[in-house]
Amino acid sequence: MSFVDFLSLGPLITLCAASVIAMLLVAIWRNHRMVYSFAIIAFLMSMAAVIPAIKYIPHPVPPLLVIDEFSLFNTGLILTAGLIILLLSFNYFEEREERKEEYYMLLILATIGALVLVVSRHFMSLFLGLEILSISLYGLIAYLRARERSDEAGIKYLMLAALSSAFLLFGMALVYAFTGHMDFPGIGAALRQAGYLPVSVMAGFGMMLIGVGFKLGVVPFHMWAPDVYEGAPLPVAAFIATVSKGAMLVLLIRFYQDIQGNDYPMLWWMVAIIAVASMFAGNWLALTQQNIKRILAYSSIAHMGYILVAFLSGVQTGLEALAFYLVAYFITSIGAFGVVIVMSSSLQDAETVADYKGLFWRYPWVATVFTAMLLSLAGIPLTAGFIGKFYVVMAGVNGHQWFLLFMLAINSVIGLYYYIRLVATMFAVPVPGQQTTVVPALPMAGNITLGILTVLLIGLGVYPTAMMQLIQQMMRILS
Amino acid sequence: MILLVLLIVLFAAALLSWVAGAKSHAACRWIALCSLLFNLGIVIRIWLGHTAISGRWWYQYKIDWVPHFGISLHLAMDGLSLLMLALTFFLGALAVLISWKELQTRVGFFHFNLLFVLCGITGVFLTMDLFLFYFFWEMMLIPMYFLIGIWGHEHREYAANKFFLFTQAGGLLMLLAILGLYFVHAANTNVYTFNYFELLNTPMEGATARWLMLGFLVAFLVKLPAVPFHTWLPDAHTEAPTAGSVVLAGLLLKTGAYGILRFVLPLFPAAAAEIAPLAMLLGVAGILYGGMLAFAQTDLKRLIAYTSVSHMGFVLLGAFAFNEIAYQGVVMQMITHGISTGALFIIAGALYERIHTRNLWQMGGLWLRMPLMGSAALIFVMASLGLPGLGNFIAEFLILLGSWPASHLFTILATIGLVIATAYSLRLMQKVFLGPCDRQYAIRDLNGRELVIIISLVIVICWLGFHPQPVLNTTQNTAYVIR
Repeated sequence: MSFVDFLSLGPLITLCAASVIAMLLVAIWRNHRMVYSFAIIAFLMSMAAVIPAIKYIPHPVPPLLVIDEFSLFNTGLILTAGLIILLLSFNYFEEREERKEEYYMLLILATIGALVLVVSRHFMSLFLGLEILSISLYGLIAYLRARERSDEAGIKYLMLAALSSAFLLFGMALVYAFTGHMDFPGIGAALRQAGYLPVSVMAGFGMMLIGVGFKLGVVPFHMWAPDVYEGAPLPVAAFIATVSKGAMLVLLIRFYQDIQGNDYPMLWWMVAIIAVASMFAGNWLALTQQNIKRILAYSSIAHMGYILVAFLSGVQTGLEALAFYLVAYFITSIGAFGVVIVMSSSLQDAETVADYKGLFWRYPWVATVFTAMLLSLAGIPLTAGFIGKFYVVMAGVNGHQWFLLFMLAINSVIGLYYYIRLVATMFAVPVPGQQTTVVPALPMAGNITLGILTVLLIGLGVYPTAMMQLIQQMMRILS
Repeated sequence: MILLVLLIVLFAAALLSWVAGAKSHAACRWIALCSLLFNLGIVIRIWLGHTAISGRWWYQYKIDWVPHFGISLHLAMDGLSLLMLALTFFLGALAVLISWKELQTRVGFFHFNLLFVLCGITGVFLTMDLFLFYFFWEMMLIPMYFLIGIWGHEHREYAANKFFLFTQAGGLLMLLAILGLYFVHAANTNVYTFNYFELLNTPMEGATARWLMLGFLVAFLVKLPAVPFHTWLPDAHTEAPTAGSVVLAGLLLKTGAYGILRFVLPLFPAAAAEIAPLAMLLGVAGILYGGMLAFAQTDLKRLIAYTSVSHMGFVLLGAFAFNEIAYQGVVMQMITHGISTGALFIIAGALYERIHTRNLWQMGGLWLRMPLMGSAALIFVMASLGLPGLGNFIAEFLILLGSWPASHLFTILATIGLVIATAYSLRLMQKVFLGPCDRQYAIRDLNGRELVIIISLVIVICWLGFHPQPVLNTTQNTAYVIR
């Protein structure tokens, strides 16, 4: 392993070392604050390690990994998301669990898994990253083991993730059997050489799609999402909604680009059906939910559908749109979960819609942040979500995907209904004398984090140019 | 630059009044009122200082915003924008005034929303960049949603949701059309831009133009509203607080009409001409159907809301008649409808505050108790039915005159609408102010503040009726469509 390899993989190696040290720290002296501070430092160092890596891009580490602008950008994104989730975690666990220190180790491990996915261009590293991510998530989801729903969610995720991994492996085997390659560019070249797509490879792609679709939580592999979001500790739910899905999406893009998936209409149609089904199912099922976590789960299913529309547009703008949407979606989702975290007390998560009735008149600051996040999810101007949706629609128009765009437009309106219903609940005039069940914790760190997220959200909504230029530059190199 | 100032003043005042609202209600109201009067002053100064030779566009302001997509902060003002802005600030100031005593809950946030929606409307009337137009178009929805949803009457949430979903659905179709136009333009000229002036002469095939035009048109028809898309309007108008109804009827509906004049007709002249008979049919249907529904209502605010549907039918009829006289009539109608319907909503609000009902069957004989309000109502009811001497007559007369060459049949049908207007207007007057009165207690007549509001409205509507020439001159050389 050369020095350049070492530098390029810096973010990954830093985090790997950190996970070991975190484990030792816990073994020597159990102290929540110490492990928490250590994890923050680890994330910051890992982010700092991105900077020296920039000098050597694009730098492949054959045969498994590749470090280019695309992967570094997403590495940065995932690390930032992880760090913000970390910041939101301290108070949440401080109030809840006796043994909270291992949480940080697992979170670091899960982030490592996501980072491996982002830099991989080989079936081996894909599977490696996926499993590191999944196995850490089993632990994380069931972390509040005293709670019934947490256990249930953990087991559900365990069974389904194992099943989907099996499908993924089988799919990979089928693809390998025909092409004789496990690295993405090799597969692409072999398929082009063959000049057609045999049934076995098609079936292989289909099975891989099951594995990928499960992680993305798209219809029809979405059944786990609401239950897991509901049962998992809130920071973990935020992690699943953003980092886990984002990393898988990045991998999907790389794979699709490397094998030039647009050349195979069959593949396109499979993804298109998934996208439309996700939009409809996500939005319809969210309409009548009374639990915020479940609403967020269904809304994230729908948002994956929107992202896939950009993905399917088959034009350069589509990839840019996807990257931008992902950034906006990360900020918004973490922000929305952050509000729920801040609002939850040590006894109970603030998860029913009723807990938010009249929130604006009691806690104007939190309600304003939540409103901003919901409006961004709905795609209303002045927020990052608006620019993101605009970008996606633009990509769709550019790629002439009128059918998908109409589906997107219809779904935006349906989606709007439940976002706006939540907003209306927060602004509803409270009935005097009505008792509220949850007394929010409102920790300082959480409030500051929410403030930063809101500034980012509005900043991207008002002045998106800088981020767009960064993304455009990155995507030009990818294609 | 002066155009940007108009927007910034409103935006700053919105934030400021929210902050001030926590400390003192009066300060918050004064901030809102002063900012609107300040803007009105600027607009009137521009109007008075204008000479006819300076060309169509009086002011332009442009800086890049997202150059990556060809989006710029591009504002421009011509006669049409100027008139609309004058109306916006005038009605806005009145909306602040009528809420002065009536609105006592969450005052700061109310004025924030009110000024924010006015800021969005100002943006819509000024912007010459299609992205920015969509941006402002969407931006005015949220505060309006809150105005209805928080301060409205009994069924406010239902009404607010309905309003929001209808306009949002229309808006999304417009977004698709805007982007379609953007890429069609880019495909033909290789220039990626949202600039209105560059998109004006986009060469495109007939079928493409038809589809894109439909996208725009549907959004504007929902907002206008034209007949099949009008169902959100009675709910929203009825449930909104008085200030909200005034802004909705007086200004928000005008953004739809403005969009047709500014975007649909100039961007797609050929496609618009093709669809003209259908659009005129919708207009006439609106006039007749809206009028008949208005006649059948028992709720005072709902009745007034349906008259809006009827009056906006004239706008649609005139806009698609494709001649200068009809256009002038349309602009005139936009202004006079804003004034007269706004005034009627103000009167309905004042009545509701005094007798706590909007049900026509529970009113009657109120003239005896409130002669001042009765005479004010009479003036605006007469304006609404198109009595000569008041502004609405000029508007409707010009529209009918202009649409006669375009279609005899539709013009005749639209004229029947005037008869219906007379019927519902007189019924309103009769049920509310005439007849026997069961109320034996004293009801307060208009107070000083309300008199100021009403008298200023009366002056404007009479001025428009007797001396409409300044308004007609202002819109004269704005050739909307080349045909």
